[in-house]
Amino acid sequence: MNPKIEYSKFDYLLRLGDNCLVLSQQLSDWCGHGPALEEDLALTNVALDLLGQARLWLSYAGEVEGRGRDEDALAYGRDGADFRNLLLVEQPNGHYGNTVARQFFFDVWHQQLLAGLGQSCDPRIAEIAQKAVKEVRYHVERSAHLMVALGDGTELSRSRMQAAVNKLWPYTNEGFESDAVDAQCAEQGLVPAAASLAASWHASVAAVLNRATLEMPSFTGHQRGGRQGVHSEHLGHLLTPLQFVQRTYPGSQW
Amino acid sequence: MAWLGEVMDPEVPVVSVLDLGLVRDVEWLASAKSGSNQPALRVTVTPTYSACPATEVIAQSIRSTLQAHGIAQVEVRTQLSPAWTTDWMSEKGREALRTYGIAPPVLRASDADTTQATSDSQVIDISALLRPRAVVPCPQCASPKTRLLSQFGSTACKALYQCSDCLEPFDYFKPH
Repeated sequence: MNPKIEYSKFDYLLRLGDNCLVLSQQLSDWCGHGPALEEDLALTNVALDLLGQARLWLSYAGEVEGRGRDEDALAYGRDGADFRNLLLVEQPNGHYGNTVARQFFFDVWHQQLLAGLGQSCDPRIAEIAQKAVKEVRYHVERSAHLMVALGDGTELSRSRMQAAVNKLWPYTNEGFESDAVDAQCAEQGLVPAAASLAASWHASVAAVLNRATLEMPSFTGHQRGGRQGVHSEHLGHLLTPLQFVQRTYPGSQW
Repeated sequence: MAWLGEVMDPEVPVVSVLDLGLVRDVEWLASAKSGSNQPALRVTVTPTYSACPATEVIAQSIRSTLQAHGIAQVEVRTQLSPAWTTDWMSEKGREALRTYGIAPPVLRASDADTTQATSDSQVIDISALLRPRAVVPCPQCASPKTRLLSQFGSTACKALYQCSDCLEPFDYFKPH
C-alpha cells in the first residue's frame, strides 16, 4: 500500500483507540466515588468495555505502523501531543451531569461511527467494529435513559443537565469534521466519511433532549484540534496517572 | 469436542464454553507444522465482551483440560468475527443458568436492539427506548413481577434485578 495511505490508516486507528482509552481512564476515576452503587458499577463496566476496545484498536495500529510498538507502548509511551482523541472525551468529569452528558454525546457518535466502520473494506477494522458496536448499543441505551431521568427530573437536576449540555456543546462537532487523514481513509473505503454521521447524530440527540425537556443549544462556536494532537490542558493531567508507572519503571511487568 | 464440555466458565462455573457458544471450531493441524510427531489441535473461540477478564482464563482451562486428556499440543485462537451473541447459548446452558440462580436472556439479541436502521444511518428510536422493559422471570420463584435494580451487575454481561414477590435479588444475563 502507498505509504501515505498507510500512515493515514495508522493515524486513524490511533484516533479510535485514543478516544476509548482516554474516556475509559476518565470513567475509572469515578470508581468508588459514584453517586450511587449502581452508577459506580455501570461506569466502571463501561470503562472496561472501552478499555477492551482501546486494546484492539491500538494493537492493530501498532501492527500497521510496523515499528514494533504494541498496545502498551502506544498507551504508555506517547506524549500528549501524540494523542489523537476528540477534545470531548478529555473534558473533565465535573459533576455527575457533566459525565452523563459527555457520555451521551460520545455514545451516540460512537455507535454511528462503529456501524459505518463495520462496513470497512479492511476486514480487521470491520470485525473490531462489529464486536464493539454491540457493547456501545447498551452504552447508548443507558446514557439516553439517564439524560431523560435527570433532564426530566427535579428543577435542580434539570438545570444542572442543561448547564452540562451547554458547556459540552462546543466539543460535539469535532467528530464530524474531516481533515486529510479522514478524507484519505474514507476515499479508500476504510472508514465512513466523517460528515455522513452528523444527520443521524443530530436527529438522535434532538429526540432524547426533547424527551428530557432540555433545550438544544443553537450556538456554533465549535472547538477542534484533538485529532491533530492540539489538546486542552486536561489531557496532560489525565495521562500523568495513566502513564506514571511505565514512565518511572519502563517495561516493568506485573 | 465432548471434552470441551468439561471446561466451565470461570465466572459461572455451571455453564461450559460449549453451552455458552464460545467455541467456533476445532481442527487438527498438520504435524509437520507443529514440529513434532504429535499433531496439534487448534481450538477457535469467540470472546464474549472485548474486555471480558475471563477470556484468558478460559483459554488456559481449554489448554489444560485437553492436555489432561492426552492432547499435548493445543493452540487456542481468538476470533472476533462473527461477533459472539447470547443467541448461541444452548438450551442446556440456559437451564443451567436458571438453576444456578441467574436469569437467562429473555430476548433474542436483535430484538433487544433499541436503534432502528433507517437506510444507511442509525437513529435512536426514543419510543423503543422508553417502552417498558421485557419481563424477566425470577429464577428462584418464577414470578414475573421483577424489577431492574442496576443495568450492570457483577460482570459486564449481567444486570441486577430483584423479585418483588420473593424479594431475592438476582443476576440477569443480558441479551447481547
